[in-house]
Amino acid sequence: MAIFAQLLVNGLIAGGTYALAAVGYSMVYGALKFINFAHGSVASFGAYIMFGLAVAWLHVPFVIAFFAAMILTALLGVIIERMAYRPLRHAPKLAPLTTAIAVSFVLDAIVMIVMGSDIKSFGLPTVEGIAIGPVFITPVQLIIIGSSLVLMVFLYVLLYRTRLGKAIRAVADDVNLAEVSGMDSDLVISAVFAIGSALAAAAGCLIGLDSNLQPTMGFVITVKAFAAVVLGGLGSVPGAIVGGFLIGIAENLGVWYIPAVWKDTIAYGILILALFIRPAGIFGKKDQTASTVL
Amino acid sequence: MPFDPSLLIHLAILITIYAILSISLNLVMGATGMFNIGLAAFYGVGAYTSAILAKLGVPWFFDMLAGVCLAGLLAFVVGIPTLHLVGDYLAVVTMGIGEIMRAVFTNWMSLTRGPNGIPGIPHASLFHIDFAGIKFNGITFDTEPKFFVLGIVCLAITYVIAERLLRSPFGRVLKGIREDETGAQALGKDTYRFKMTILIIGSGMGGLAGSLFAHYITYIDPSSFVMWLTFFIFLIIMLGGRGNIFGGIVATAVFVTLREGLRFVTLPEWLDPSALQQLIFGLLLIVTTIFLPSGLIPERKTTYREMEGHATSREPHEGLRRAAGG
Repeated sequence: MAIFAQLLVNGLIAGGTYALAAVGYSMVYGALKFINFAHGSVASFGAYIMFGLAVAWLHVPFVIAFFAAMILTALLGVIIERMAYRPLRHAPKLAPLTTAIAVSFVLDAIVMIVMGSDIKSFGLPTVEGIAIGPVFITPVQLIIIGSSLVLMVFLYVLLYRTRLGKAIRAVADDVNLAEVSGMDSDLVISAVFAIGSALAAAAGCLIGLDSNLQPTMGFVITVKAFAAVVLGGLGSVPGAIVGGFLIGIAENLGVWYIPAVWKDTIAYGILILALFIRPAGIFGKKDQTASTVL
Repeated sequence: MPFDPSLLIHLAILITIYAILSISLNLVMGATGMFNIGLAAFYGVGAYTSAILAKLGVPWFFDMLAGVCLAGLLAFVVGIPTLHLVGDYLAVVTMGIGEIMRAVFTNWMSLTRGPNGIPGIPHASLFHIDFAGIKFNGITFDTEPKFFVLGIVCLAITYVIAERLLRSPFGRVLKGIREDETGAQALGKDTYRFKMTILIIGSGMGGLAGSLFAHYITYIDPSSFVMWLTFFIFLIIMLGGRGNIFGGIVATAVFVTLREGLRFVTLPEWLDPSALQQLIFGLLLIVTTIFLPSGLIPERKTTYREMEGHATSREPHEGLRRAAGG
């Protein structure tokens, strides 16, 4: 039982970071109806910005580096959208998907060239976990789960209590209708990319703090966030959060039964299973998923 | 690094193998517009199946066939849950299959020897008969020039199949699905079956390329079957002209040469050559997709005049034009 509780808590910690990454994905899908393959690499880029600021170059305090990374990555997200996706907004769907994959390779390459391909660590001192009942949790893990929850509440307020949030939801619902109502959809989409990228950066930083940094981590984040989003329902923000936690928990409980080397494939196993049972995901609308009109 | 002329034949063989991969992706992605980003998985399944069976003494032709079939079977399994859904799901699941297969190659130690790879894969051979007292020594493709011939023959067969497919009514439906799937359905086409068929055929071709690769290099390990490979072929298709099989082959020759040529460029110590390659090719792909959407050698559009030449043409336009007195 103690092991179960511990694995569950580990799952919640991992799930929180996946949920953060997945939210951005889902928002972009909602607004543009295209899968942003570069999202994981954006997250990894953000984590490396924090690493650069806090450890490698400037030695600024972690908290400041964390927020600076979020802001800079938000900017990066807006620039990527401007340069690589906006010119293709009315092109066949294959085109933005292709540039997204290319952007992800470019971002990873920049990280590799600037920072090197070896594994980097934030170098936090190892501290003994605090015992809460049968469960051990380190202060860093507490910070991770705390910040992901705070950011999700922040996102909820932003989406459901502000004018910008209303505009974002309107564009996700129907771009043309939003434009007819006088909304500047380009501006809203830029905002979506800024918010999504900032949250991705936060996810990347937290994952980096929890374990370590390597240039290929973006791909792993892409994979997990994908699975979370599809499980929760493409385009649904609450779905992405629930999906993220489910994937995190399933992964950590999964290593109880199967060797840990297969951990990363669990997310995809769940994803494919979910597609068989309910392709629209938990919170998705069914009519958005079918390619057939019949 | 000094230049060695035998590298040229090595380059030529690599080009034939990659050209088959480009045909595979061109049929699925270029002609039909399906996002298959798990090409490396099908390539890997072909290579591993071939390698494992060859080590057990199965002749080349049959282990190749098994590789092709298994890659096709994997495509079928991938297609079942995804092809009824919008294309994004195929992208997600093929990417997932790419990762799952890489995990299988890396972690299923008893079958694939994991990261150690499978060394000593026998050379491909044909017509070896040693049965019921009859002995016949066929051809063993053990030198590079001989293997090049085998590669070219396989490429030619794949090319002819692909071209014939695309020019047939079947191929026209595929392009119809790419342009407007709902429209194709409105004309009564069961688009699911068309998409499934081409995904299986294309992936089988990927398996063939994998089998050739395994028998050429005679050593495989999981590092050959990564996402980067799929991306590389992606770039080739986008630049060569999606839907244009021949354009894809030309682009393959150019890019494989370019990639291998980059090895001879001396770089500063701090610059990781593979990262630089990734950066250059990534930027190139973004620029091409935005400014050159149909590639350098665009797909040939069939004109009405050519259709007129078809004595048996049953095109709806034909009747319409006649009716209109054209």
